[in-house]
Order: sequence, then C-alpha cells, then structure tokens
Amino acid sequence: MARHRGRGMASVNYPIGMNLGGDPSQALIHSNPDGKFTVALSAIDLGQGMKQVTRQVAAETLGVPMEDVYVDTADSDTGPHDMGSFASRGTHRMGNAVIAAAREARGVLLEAAAEELEVNAGDLVTDGRGNIHVKGAPSRSITVKATAQAAQFKQGKTIAGRGIFLIPLSTVDPQTGELNPNTAFAHACLVADVEVDDETGEVTVLKMASAYELGRAINPKMVEQQLVGGAWMGISHALYETPEPYYPDPSHGPRDFNEYLMPGPGDTAPYSVTILERPAPDGPFGGKGPGEMCANPVLPAIANAVYNAVGVRVNDLPITPEKVLRGIKANGGARPQPRRGGGG
Amino acid sequence: MAKIPVQFRLNGSDRAAFVGPSDNLLTLLRRGLNDFGPKYGCGQGTCGTCTVLVDGDLQLSCLTLAATCEGKHVETVSGMAEGPVLHPLQQAFMDHFAAQCGFCTPGMLTAAKALLAANPNPTRAEVIDGISGNICRCTGYDAIIEAILAAARGGQAKRTY
Repeated sequence: MARHRGRGMASVNYPIGMNLGGDPSQALIHSNPDGKFTVALSAIDLGQGMKQVTRQVAAETLGVPMEDVYVDTADSDTGPHDMGSFASRGTHRMGNAVIAAAREARGVLLEAAAEELEVNAGDLVTDGRGNIHVKGAPSRSITVKATAQAAQFKQGKTIAGRGIFLIPLSTVDPQTGELNPNTAFAHACLVADVEVDDETGEVTVLKMASAYELGRAINPKMVEQQLVGGAWMGISHALYETPEPYYPDPSHGPRDFNEYLMPGPGDTAPYSVTILERPAPDGPFGGKGPGEMCANPVLPAIANAVYNAVGVRVNDLPITPEKVLRGIKANGGARPQPRRGGGG
Repeated sequence: MAKIPVQFRLNGSDRAAFVGPSDNLLTLLRRGLNDFGPKYGCGQGTCGTCTVLVDGDLQLSCLTLAATCEGKHVETVSGMAEGPVLHPLQQAFMDHFAAQCGFCTPGMLTAAKALLAANPNPTRAEVIDGISGNICRCTGYDAIIEAILAAARGGQAKRTY
C-alpha cells in the first residue's frame, strides 16, 4: 500500500461569448446634476467583478474619475436588455456596450462644455480628474460638474449615451460549412500535481500552476481572484461534487450541504497563476475576461494526473475514491506511469 | 400561539420583540429587527452564513431559538464597523480581496472575530479550523485565510478582539 504522485496537464482555448455570436449587450449612461454618471445595465454581477470592470471602462471612456461612476445592474425592468452573465461574456460584451454608451455621453458632455467655454468641442480634452479644458490651454477649463449643471439647467441638454454591442449571428455556408464561431478566444494551460492513495483511492491535489492569456487584465487583482476561486471550483468538480449516488434511486441523492460533498477551507492547494496579456482587437481596451475557463482546465489536468500516478483513467466525474479503487483493482494494482519533463 | 416577549442587546443596543416559541433568531434579526447582516443560506446549520455571536459564542442563528436569547448580547456583522471605521478584519478582507459575491462574508467575518477573540495569534491550520463551518463558493478560501492571518498580525495593537 502506497501513495503515488502524479502530474497532469491540460490546456484550453476558450471562446468568449455565445458560440456563433448573436448575443447583444446594452448599456445606458446618463449624468446627474452633481457631475457623476450612472451606468444602467441589466447584466448581473454575481461576484465575478463585472460592476467594477464596467465602472473602470466607463470612467476611462468618459474621461472622468472612477469614483464618479456608479454602475446600476440587475434590474431587467429598468435597465436595457442584455443576454446575461454567462458564456464568459461579461467583460467583452458588456464592456464594449459600455464603451459605446460612454462615447456618446462624452460627445454630449464635450458639446455642453464647448458651449460654456465658447470653443469648439473638438478642441476639448478631459484630464480624468473631473475637468475639461482646451487642448494646450489648461487654464481655459470647466469642471464636469459645472458642465453637467449647465447642460441640465441652462442649455436644456441631456448628457447621456446609448450603447449596444452585437456580434451578428454567424450563418453556416451551405457549400463549405464555413462559419465564424467566435471573435475572441482566451487561452490557458494548467499543471496539477496529485497524490493518490492506492489503499483508499483518495486523491489529494498537492499544488497547481497555470498560465492564463485573457486579453488585457482590466483589473489584474480581480482576475487573479477569479482564477484562484475558479480553480478551487474545478477541484471540487473533479473530485467531489455530484448528485450521485443514486442508491437505489435518485430520491436517495444528496439534498443539502450535509450530503452534497464540497471541499472546505482545509482542502485547498497552493496555486500559482501567471497572467499573460495579449489584448483582443475587438475587446474593451483589449479585454476578453476569465469567466468559466478558470475552472475548465483543472478537471482534465487532475484526471491526467491521476492516470499518471496510478494508471487509472477515470472518464466520468467526479473522480471518487470508489472509481479509482475499481480502476486499480481492474488493472491488478497501481501502475504509475512514466513522468516526462522536470520534477519539482 | 402565544407570543413570548424577549429582550436582549443587539450590537450594543437594547432591543425587544415578541416572538413565537419556534421562531429562530435569524428570522427575528432579519424580519423583525431589520438587521440584514446575517444571511439566510441553507436554514439547517450547514452553510454558516447566518453565524452570529451570542454572549461571545459562535451560534448559527438559523438554529437558535429567538426566545433563548433573553438577556443575552447578540453581535452580528452589522455591529463590527464603528461608524465609517471598519473593523480590522473587514479592512483585511477588503485588502486581500477575500469576498467575491459576498454572501458568505458575514459568517466568515463573525467566525473570524470569534476565533481571534479566543486565539489572537492563530496558525494557518487554526484559521482553517475556525472557518471550517462556513462554506464559500467563490474565493477558494485562500484569500479569506490570508485576510484573517493578516488581521491577526496587524490588528492587535489597534483593537482587542
């Protein structure tokens, strides 16, 4: 009886957004009398950080401080239609919609400022700190707040913008079968080291390392946070979570957190992430976003590592001790596979 | 069924309510006293997001009968900050990106507060043990563990837990 170590690897090319496109996102932005901006979205932030990312994107495009932008999400009664937060599409689709809306709002903002300063809107720049001034003449300046108030109370103008981002639905060419499945792909590679106990069948993840290429990391700390959390979920899917066993029928499946197995704080593994940035040509400031691919490569990497450790190929998830033990038994014992590449 | 009068302290303030004999503390806090800090997760004591302190002890408020809190001091996450000044644990959670969706955060903070009160210098293993009754689905726990360790290292001089 022994514990066997194994290493597995997996890579993923992950399409951002709905396959074949046709999934619009919309954004509406308006200024308030205090010179601050509200972004209305129907898309939801379920913890992945979309509110923060769209806030940064809106502020950067408007040319105002991030603190002056408020993102209002998740009310499909009052926000413009959005396909939703899925398919790893948040940063890419919603970010682009927000850019479009912010550009239009910025145009009106500069027009209103131009009227106050009696100059051409094309000669105006923003300093990102809440001021608008004439290019090359910073003293000819007006605050965003004064502009917003002048627009509303003097000029009778609405400083607002509408944005939609849509990659039209790709058709399939009947002659060639050619189609355009996606415009932005993110990439990752992950290595997992595991230990398999050939007496109990238990798999322990010792450590993981990965490299993720996901366009511009618009908020690098949140990207890292999402990748780390998603990898934990990947471990959970690979080794723990299942509505089985159905002994003797589905009514005996797990119904709550007492019976549905998940790893706890003691079951995490050291994980090092490297973030590579190759900005996407059609992404907001080059962003693609991490999304579901945080968890994806973890599952095959662990399955490969288990095979490497004891020679058992488990083809259905999760990789439970029972399945590992049955595999070891079928093979007549553990069969550690050769390990290529460096150690450590 | 006859209602039972119950009086206790909630985050330092005296509160009184009439509760049913089978009403749990979580329902009283959220519906009766508008303290939406503790969250309703599983309702059966397995997720930990409803965690509160009763006379300094960790309790799952979904499993605590409200009537048993008579004369006791109930502390929730809502009482951790002093006005705009965050509790060192809250600050550490922010600094270490220890929350994503935030649903587990009230329970995590409360469990961490109880842990540091009993053990101001916990090891990593003791921190893991201290939050083992709380489920987080987003973070992978590491950021939470790091935040609690950081608060233990830096927060002692400023505040006694």
